[in-house]
Amino acid sequence: MKVSTDLDGRFRERARAEGLLDVAYDLVDSPLGALLVATTDRGVCRIEFDPEPDRDLEPIAKQYGVKVLRAPRAVDAARRELDEYFDGRRTDFELPLDLRVEAPFRLRVMDELARVPYGQVTTYGALAARAGHPAAARAVGTFMNRNPVPIVLPCHRVVGANGSLVGYGGGLARKERLLQLEGASITLQA
Amino acid sequence: MMDAVAAIPPFERFYAEHRHGVFGFLVRRLGRDRAEDAFQETFLRALRSYGTLAHASNLRAWVFTIAARVAVDELRRKRPPLGDGEPSFEERRPAYAELEHLADGLPPKERAAVVLRYGYDLEYAEIASALGSSEEAARQAASAGVRRLRRKGVTL
Repeated sequence: MKVSTDLDGRFRERARAEGLLDVAYDLVDSPLGALLVATTDRGVCRIEFDPEPDRDLEPIAKQYGVKVLRAPRAVDAARRELDEYFDGRRTDFELPLDLRVEAPFRLRVMDELARVPYGQVTTYGALAARAGHPAAARAVGTFMNRNPVPIVLPCHRVVGANGSLVGYGGGLARKERLLQLEGASITLQA
Repeated sequence: MMDAVAAIPPFERFYAEHRHGVFGFLVRRLGRDRAEDAFQETFLRALRSYGTLAHASNLRAWVFTIAARVAVDELRRKRPPLGDGEPSFEERRPAYAELEHLADGLPPKERAAVVLRYGYDLEYAEIASALGSSEEAARQAASAGVRRLRRKGVTL
């Protein structure tokens, strides 16, 4: 006998409200396609493009705990801020993030990344320098590619030294689309 | 040599796999209306101890055992107390908590079969569904478990 959508929803909401989950997630619609948004009680820990929960939940469970459940209410705040961002009504995210699994240097880079303003771009090298390791441009590139919370941490605002887009975890077309949305000019240098 | 131990899946996957089976079981035990509360209670209890599970073998039997316990609790709670006539069905049965404790050392499948049969009075067809096995296999698991307990001096 099938569990009704209503009963299923009530269970998920109770599990969330009683604070029993390590991670709650939901799928959020966006102009870039559905996003899987996951959050702990500390903040958003993951945003995935092209979500496939069967594949995406394993690594999240390994890092943050096995009590992972879809619970839509948990990501209401993230959904609202993302909606406002895609509507062009928000230039800064206020969402708390949970980056506790990140190593210290990565955290410093993420910290600097969070300061790159809306509609502007920087380079991998410049970001590495601001995080205290000017020679680490390549490592910074790798970090950007594995950014656990793209869009909110704006790795789309980081480009190559000659202004080329270089790469994006969610695909270059999305990087271009985000920069267009923000009205960024991506010609850094001739 | 270490046995290959399946990792505990994310709770979402465990829940998605077993929710309909558990709900059907609770509807049969309690009726549709009471099954809804019991369903939530079952998976909330499962969630509370999910993080401390040592391995992922027999998760199905594990959650059905929780559901059986929730159903018994529900029947006790809701049934009006009987007079001094015949003791109620629950009162006559061996204390299921005691049995669960005694059966702790059994292999998981045998443990679940013994607890569900003798602790919660499930039919073999229901136990088979809980174990994801045939009725005959459920019967064999229960009797193997009982024999093992007898050798340890436990009588049912």
